[in-house]
Amino acid sequence: MNDIAFNQELDCRGLNCPLPILKAKKTMDGMSSGEILKMVSTDPGSKNDITAWANRTGNALLSSGEDGSDFVYYIQKS
Amino acid sequence: MSETKPKRMALIASKGTLDWAYPPFILASTAVAMEMEVAVFFTFYGLTLLNKKIEAKVAPATNPSMPMKMPFGPEGFQNINWPIPNAIMGNVPGFETMATSFMKKTFKNKGVATVEELREICIESGVKMIGCQMTMDVFGFEKEDFVDGVELGGAASFLEFAADADITLFV
Repeated sequence: MNDIAFNQELDCRGLNCPLPILKAKKTMDGMSSGEILKMVSTDPGSKNDITAWANRTGNALLSSGEDGSDFVYYIQKS
Repeated sequence: MSETKPKRMALIASKGTLDWAYPPFILASTAVAMEMEVAVFFTFYGLTLLNKKIEAKVAPATNPSMPMKMPFGPEGFQNINWPIPNAIMGNVPGFETMATSFMKKTFKNKGVATVEELREICIESGVKMIGCQMTMDVFGFEKEDFVDGVELGGAASFLEFAADADITLFV
Protein backbone atom coordinates (compact mmCIF):
# COMPACT_ATOMS: atom_id res chain seq x y z
CA MET A 1 0.00 0.00 0.00
CA ASN A 2 2.87 2.36 0.70
CA ASP A 3 4.39 1.67 -2.70
CA ILE A 4 1.83 3.68 -4.62
CA ALA A 5 3.31 6.83 -6.13
CA PHE A 6 1.13 9.88 -5.67
CA ASN A 7 0.98 13.41 -7.07
CA GLN A 8 -0.56 15.21 -4.11
CA GLU A 9 -0.99 14.56 -0.43
CA LEU A 10 -3.85 15.79 1.75
CA ASP A 11 -3.72 15.71 5.56
CA CYS A 12 -7.21 15.55 7.06
CA ARG A 13 -6.13 14.36 10.52
CA GLY A 14 -8.39 15.67 13.28
CA LEU A 15 -11.14 16.73 10.89
CA ASN A 16 -14.63 15.34 11.13
CA CYS A 17 -17.49 14.72 8.69
CA PRO A 18 -17.98 16.18 6.13
CA LEU A 19 -14.65 18.06 5.95
CA PRO A 20 -12.43 15.18 4.70
CA ILE A 21 -14.75 14.68 1.73
CA LEU A 22 -15.05 18.40 1.00
CA LYS A 23 -11.27 18.84 1.12
CA ALA A 24 -10.65 15.76 -1.01
CA LYS A 25 -13.07 17.09 -3.61
CA LYS A 26 -11.46 20.54 -3.59
CA THR A 27 -7.95 19.11 -3.95
CA MET A 28 -9.11 16.74 -6.68
CA ASP A 29 -10.58 19.67 -8.62
CA GLY A 30 -7.07 21.08 -9.00
CA MET A 31 -5.62 17.80 -10.29
CA SER A 32 -5.53 16.28 -13.75
CA SER A 33 -7.17 13.07 -14.90
CA GLY A 34 -5.08 10.03 -13.94
CA GLU A 35 -3.25 11.78 -11.10
CA ILE A 36 -3.27 10.20 -7.67
CA LEU A 37 -4.17 11.78 -4.34
CA LYS A 38 -2.93 10.35 -1.07
CA MET A 39 -5.29 11.31 1.73
CA VAL A 40 -4.82 10.69 5.44
CA SER A 41 -7.72 10.91 7.90
CA THR A 42 -8.33 10.02 11.54
CA ASP A 43 -12.11 9.89 11.08
CA PRO A 44 -13.27 6.25 11.25
CA GLY A 45 -16.38 7.27 9.29
CA SER A 46 -14.17 8.32 6.38
CA LYS A 47 -13.73 4.69 5.37
CA ASN A 48 -17.30 4.30 4.17
CA ASP A 49 -17.61 7.93 3.15
CA ILE A 50 -14.57 7.96 0.86
CA THR A 51 -15.77 4.73 -0.76
CA ALA A 52 -19.23 6.21 -1.33
CA TRP A 53 -17.79 9.47 -2.63
CA ALA A 54 -15.44 7.66 -5.03
CA ASN A 55 -18.31 5.50 -6.29
CA ARG A 56 -20.48 8.51 -6.96
CA THR A 57 -17.83 10.69 -8.60
CA GLY A 58 -16.18 7.90 -10.62
CA ASN A 59 -12.75 8.52 -9.11
CA ALA A 60 -10.96 5.25 -8.40
CA LEU A 61 -10.18 4.32 -4.80
CA LEU A 62 -6.94 2.42 -5.49
CA SER A 63 -6.19 1.54 -1.90
CA SER A 64 -7.67 1.99 1.54
CA GLY A 65 -5.70 1.02 4.62
CA GLU A 66 -4.89 1.78 8.23
CA ASP A 67 -1.62 2.94 9.72
CA GLY A 68 -1.92 3.19 13.50
CA SER A 69 -4.77 5.63 14.11
CA ASP A 70 -4.56 6.94 10.54
CA PHE A 71 -6.72 5.87 7.65
CA VAL A 72 -4.81 6.16 4.39
CA TYR A 73 -6.44 6.40 0.97
CA TYR A 74 -5.08 6.55 -2.55
CA ILE A 75 -7.56 7.96 -5.02
CA GLN A 76 -7.01 8.31 -8.75
CA LYS A 77 -8.83 11.09 -10.53
CA SER A 78 -11.14 9.90 -13.31
CA MET B 1 -19.13 9.93 -13.76
CA SER B 2 -19.96 10.37 -17.41
CA GLU B 3 -23.68 10.69 -16.66
CA THR B 4 -25.22 13.42 -18.76
CA LYS B 5 -27.76 14.48 -16.13
CA PRO B 6 -26.41 15.04 -12.61
CA LYS B 7 -28.31 13.81 -9.57
CA ARG B 8 -30.28 16.51 -7.87
CA MET B 9 -31.10 17.19 -4.21
CA ALA B 10 -33.70 19.60 -2.89
CA LEU B 11 -33.83 20.54 0.80
CA ILE B 12 -36.18 22.61 2.89
CA ALA B 13 -34.50 24.13 5.97
CA SER B 14 -37.22 25.23 8.37
CA LYS B 15 -35.52 25.35 11.77
CA GLY B 16 -33.08 27.81 13.26
CA THR B 17 -31.45 26.12 16.25
CA LEU B 18 -27.81 25.07 16.05
CA ASP B 19 -28.55 21.34 15.91
CA TRP B 20 -30.92 21.88 12.98
CA ALA B 21 -28.55 24.33 11.28
CA TYR B 22 -25.95 21.66 10.59
CA PRO B 23 -27.86 19.03 8.56
CA PRO B 24 -28.85 21.17 5.58
CA PHE B 25 -25.36 22.63 5.17
CA ILE B 26 -23.57 19.30 5.72
CA LEU B 27 -25.82 17.55 3.22
CA ALA B 28 -25.73 20.35 0.67
CA SER B 29 -21.93 20.75 0.71
CA THR B 30 -21.37 16.99 0.55
CA ALA B 31 -23.91 16.52 -2.24
CA VAL B 32 -22.08 19.11 -4.33
CA ALA B 33 -18.80 17.30 -3.61
CA MET B 34 -20.57 14.19 -4.95
CA GLU B 35 -21.37 16.11 -8.12
CA MET B 36 -25.05 16.70 -7.45
CA GLU B 37 -27.06 19.84 -8.10
CA VAL B 38 -28.46 21.25 -4.87
CA ALA B 39 -31.05 23.79 -3.83
CA VAL B 40 -32.01 24.68 -0.27
CA PHE B 41 -35.23 26.51 0.46
CA PHE B 42 -34.97 28.44 3.73
CA THR B 43 -38.30 29.09 5.36
CA PHE B 44 -39.71 30.04 8.78
CA TYR B 45 -36.98 29.79 11.43
CA GLY B 46 -34.59 28.30 8.90
CA LEU B 47 -34.47 31.74 7.31
CA THR B 48 -32.26 32.96 10.18
CA LEU B 49 -29.52 30.65 8.80
CA LEU B 50 -29.13 33.12 5.96
CA ASN B 51 -28.30 36.04 8.27
CA LYS B 52 -24.79 37.39 7.77
CA LYS B 53 -23.95 36.29 11.31
CA ILE B 54 -25.61 33.05 12.34
CA GLU B 55 -26.88 33.37 15.92
CA ALA B 56 -28.23 29.81 16.13
CA LYS B 57 -28.31 28.36 19.65
CA VAL B 58 -29.05 24.95 21.06
CA ALA B 59 -32.36 24.61 22.90
CA PRO B 60 -31.66 22.33 25.87
CA ALA B 61 -34.95 22.89 27.76
CA THR B 62 -37.58 20.19 27.05
CA ASN B 63 -34.98 18.32 25.00
CA PRO B 64 -34.29 15.21 27.09
CA SER B 65 -32.15 13.62 24.35
CA MET B 66 -29.56 16.35 24.29
CA PRO B 67 -26.29 15.30 25.95
CA MET B 68 -25.00 17.97 28.34
CA LYS B 69 -21.21 17.72 28.31
CA MET B 70 -18.26 19.80 29.38
CA PRO B 71 -15.87 20.77 26.55
CA PHE B 72 -12.80 20.97 28.81
CA GLY B 73 -10.87 18.83 31.27
CA PRO B 74 -9.70 15.23 30.95
CA GLU B 75 -11.42 12.99 28.42
CA GLY B 76 -13.25 10.98 31.10
CA PHE B 77 -14.69 14.21 32.51
CA GLN B 78 -15.69 15.42 29.05
CA ASN B 79 -17.58 12.20 28.42
CA ILE B 80 -19.81 12.62 31.48
CA ASN B 81 -23.40 13.43 30.62
CA TRP B 82 -24.79 15.89 33.19
CA PRO B 83 -28.46 15.34 33.96
CA ILE B 84 -29.80 18.88 34.43
CA PRO B 85 -33.49 19.28 35.30
CA ASN B 86 -35.74 21.11 32.86
CA ALA B 87 -36.73 23.57 35.58
CA ILE B 88 -33.13 24.77 35.70
CA MET B 89 -32.50 24.70 31.94
CA GLY B 90 -35.74 26.59 31.30
CA ASN B 91 -35.45 29.16 34.07
CA VAL B 92 -31.82 30.02 34.64
CA PRO B 93 -31.05 33.17 32.61
CA GLY B 94 -28.30 32.61 30.08
CA PHE B 95 -28.50 28.81 30.27
CA GLU B 96 -29.02 28.49 26.50
CA THR B 97 -26.09 30.77 25.78
CA MET B 98 -23.84 28.75 28.07
CA ALA B 99 -25.02 25.41 26.66
CA THR B 100 -24.50 26.79 23.14
CA SER B 101 -20.94 27.88 23.80
CA PHE B 102 -20.17 24.47 25.36
CA MET B 103 -21.68 22.71 22.37
CA LYS B 104 -19.73 24.86 19.90
CA LYS B 105 -16.52 24.20 21.83
CA THR B 106 -17.21 20.46 21.73
CA PHE B 107 -17.79 20.64 17.97
CA LYS B 108 -14.50 22.47 17.57
CA ASN B 109 -12.67 19.95 19.76
CA LYS B 110 -13.98 17.15 17.54
CA GLY B 111 -12.82 18.80 14.30
CA VAL B 112 -16.31 19.71 13.09
CA ALA B 113 -16.60 22.75 10.82
CA THR B 114 -18.66 25.72 11.97
CA VAL B 115 -22.04 26.31 10.38
CA GLU B 116 -20.68 29.50 8.81
CA GLU B 117 -17.79 27.60 7.20
CA LEU B 118 -20.10 24.98 5.74
CA ARG B 119 -22.48 27.65 4.49
CA GLU B 120 -19.62 29.44 2.76
CA ILE B 121 -18.59 26.23 1.02
CA CYS B 122 -22.19 25.76 -0.11
CA ILE B 123 -22.40 29.25 -1.58
CA GLU B 124 -18.95 29.03 -3.20
CA SER B 125 -19.72 25.69 -4.78
CA GLY B 126 -22.96 26.83 -6.35
CA VAL B 127 -25.71 25.58 -4.05
CA LYS B 128 -28.88 27.41 -4.96
CA MET B 129 -29.97 29.22 -1.79
CA ILE B 130 -33.61 30.32 -1.85
CA GLY B 131 -35.02 32.55 0.89
CA CYS B 132 -38.77 32.37 1.47
CA GLN B 133 -40.21 35.78 0.58
CA MET B 134 -43.42 35.21 2.54
CA THR B 135 -41.62 34.41 5.81
CA MET B 136 -39.37 37.43 5.29
CA ASP B 137 -42.43 39.65 5.04
CA VAL B 138 -43.98 38.07 8.14
CA PHE B 139 -40.83 38.33 10.27
CA GLY B 140 -39.69 41.66 8.86
CA PHE B 141 -36.42 40.36 7.38
CA GLU B 142 -34.68 42.27 4.59
CA LYS B 143 -32.54 40.83 1.80
CA GLU B 144 -29.69 43.07 3.04
CA ASP B 145 -29.69 41.06 6.30
CA PHE B 146 -28.64 37.98 4.35
CA VAL B 147 -25.33 36.76 2.96
CA ASP B 148 -24.66 37.37 -0.73
CA GLY B 149 -25.76 34.70 -3.14
CA VAL B 150 -29.31 34.26 -1.83
CA GLU B 151 -32.24 34.46 -4.21
CA LEU B 152 -35.79 35.00 -3.03
CA GLY B 153 -38.85 33.02 -3.95
CA GLY B 154 -41.80 31.04 -2.78
CA ALA B 155 -43.20 27.53 -2.85
CA ALA B 156 -43.33 27.51 -6.65
CA SER B 157 -39.63 28.38 -6.97
CA PHE B 158 -38.70 25.45 -4.74
CA LEU B 159 -41.10 23.01 -6.37
CA GLU B 160 -39.90 23.89 -9.86
CA PHE B 161 -36.40 22.73 -8.83
CA ALA B 162 -37.64 19.86 -6.64
CA ALA B 163 -39.82 18.43 -9.42
CA ASP B 164 -36.68 17.00 -11.01
CA ALA B 165 -34.93 16.07 -7.74
CA ASP B 166 -33.71 12.59 -6.89
CA ILE B 167 -33.53 13.42 -3.17
CA THR B 168 -35.93 15.71 -1.34
CA LEU B 169 -35.75 16.31 2.40
CA PHE B 170 -37.60 18.55 4.82
CA VAL B 171 -35.22 19.52 7.61
